[in-house]
Amino acid sequence: MAEDIKPRIRVPQSAKKDEIIEIKTLISHPMESGQRKDSQGKTIPRKIINKMTVAFNGKQVFEAKLEPAISANPYLSFFLKCTQSGSLEFAWTDDDGSTYKATQAITVA
Amino acid sequence: MPHSRILPAAAALMLMSGLAACDNKQTAGSNENEVLAQYRANPKFADRIVGDKFSGYVFASPETQTMQDDDFENPGMLAVQDGETEWSTVAGSAGKSCASCHGDAAKSMKGVAVTYPKFEPKRGKLANIEHRINLCRTEQMKAPELKWESKPLLGLTAYVEYQSRGLPISVKVDGAAQPFFEEGKKFYYTRRGQMDIACNQCHEANAGMSIGVENLSQGQSNGYPTYRLKWQSFGSLHRRFEGCNEEVRAQPFPRGSDEYTNLELFVAWRGNGLKSEAPSVRR
Amino acid sequence: MTESLHLPRRQTGVSRRQAVAALGAAAALMPFAASASPETAKKLLSELAKAEPKAGKVQIKTQEIAENGNTVPVTIAVESPMTEKDYVKAIHVVADRNPQPGVASFLLTPANGKAEVQLRMRMAETQNIIAVAEMNDGTTWTATREVKVTIGGCGG
Repeated sequence: MAEDIKPRIRVPQSAKKDEIIEIKTLISHPMESGQRKDSQGKTIPRKIINKMTVAFNGKQVFEAKLEPAISANPYLSFFLKCTQSGSLEFAWTDDDGSTYKATQAITVA
Repeated sequence: MPHSRILPAAAALMLMSGLAACDNKQTAGSNENEVLAQYRANPKFADRIVGDKFSGYVFASPETQTMQDDDFENPGMLAVQDGETEWSTVAGSAGKSCASCHGDAAKSMKGVAVTYPKFEPKRGKLANIEHRINLCRTEQMKAPELKWESKPLLGLTAYVEYQSRGLPISVKVDGAAQPFFEEGKKFYYTRRGQMDIACNQCHEANAGMSIGVENLSQGQSNGYPTYRLKWQSFGSLHRRFEGCNEEVRAQPFPRGSDEYTNLELFVAWRGNGLKSEAPSVRR
Repeated sequence: MTESLHLPRRQTGVSRRQAVAALGAAAALMPFAASASPETAKKLLSELAKAEPKAGKVQIKTQEIAENGNTVPVTIAVESPMTEKDYVKAIHVVADRNPQPGVASFLLTPANGKAEVQLRMRMAETQNIIAVAEMNDGTTWTATREVKVTIGGCGG
């Protein structure tokens, strides 16, 4: 299944120094809550993205811990103050242990 | 209710009580109620209203409109992304992908989807985009048909539809398509199910009116396939038809059936001129 | 002329009694019952953020009536300069009538520059969203926002 999960990020490629930019993320994922039953009445096991972490030049700047109450295809947005050029690294953690990653460079002038 | 289906009978009760509470605010001498008149007066919707046709967009909440407006926030774009990959994926014994014949979809598929469904001689009846894709697979690619509502078929449909985004719906209903159009029309005006309701009763006579706390749209198809908040997934117009049929406690037809394909042509024709919004976001 | 949608009950084939019975059956078959309550939500929040929160500084922006309870866009904004000296450390979000009260926790840093996050959440029924912000000085602030959710509207 892992190859089916696609993270998408939107980060401006460049920003002015100290500009506060909005960062948007979306990942395709069913966010199976663990509370649904299949047609045989068996509980469908929980399988959600339980965490997203974001690091800038290796240092964590944002983390989201998610519960089954988050809708399928989780969308999250947050802000970042651009102090220097560097690389933003995103990682999503799945209940099954998989991690999905995305990276983008920002140039700060 | 996340991840749940309410029993049809319960839904019917909601529908009944909602309809009973319908407050007909039709203004004298005009076919347009206050709600529709308000939408028409909103400059934001100038592009979404053509003549007396209102895109489903105008009936959505501002938050849902925002979600559709921004291609990044629109989860329907995930399906377009799937389709883009699928477009150049070789399948079948002929060793071809869609791109082998059609090249760059942005050029070859532009303006195609807004003319579907149309009469397809190979089927001897109508074909919609999904049918057309599967015909290409079996005839040209020598590959098995993709399952209705499967991820690759939804993706390809979304990708093909996306190439016509912003173009006016322009289906033809004359010539060989005419008898199928007539069938679709008949379906639209036929009362069905235990609720004994026809499509037009909600979407023609009462668009803009409230049903419970929801407002009824014109049931236009120019945003389909769509990402539905309720489904928390991307889905086809036929899946939506199925929902409507269940809502009036009627036995739904299979997705891809002749009944729904004929209806799809009639519904598309009702919206001729509206700009295609696929992939849209609907509630 | 438009056709009105008056539906005499006798024509629908569903009597009021049948329909009410069906509603009961539907409730019984719901895949999960709301096990969160204002108490469990509060308990979870007290575990997530130690100090007793004061009302203020936190704003929850969302729909008054959810267009669909399966996907409700929610924005949480906290008043803070987001400097090394004064910033929001965490934002916890719970809902008090969902199967489980937890929704999400966000860990922020001064690098964020602005304490605002957006998410899309599931709401099983009409309920309160409660957000608590933990500041770096240990103080906590909260806001509550009710969202109405209708079940069994136009669907499929």
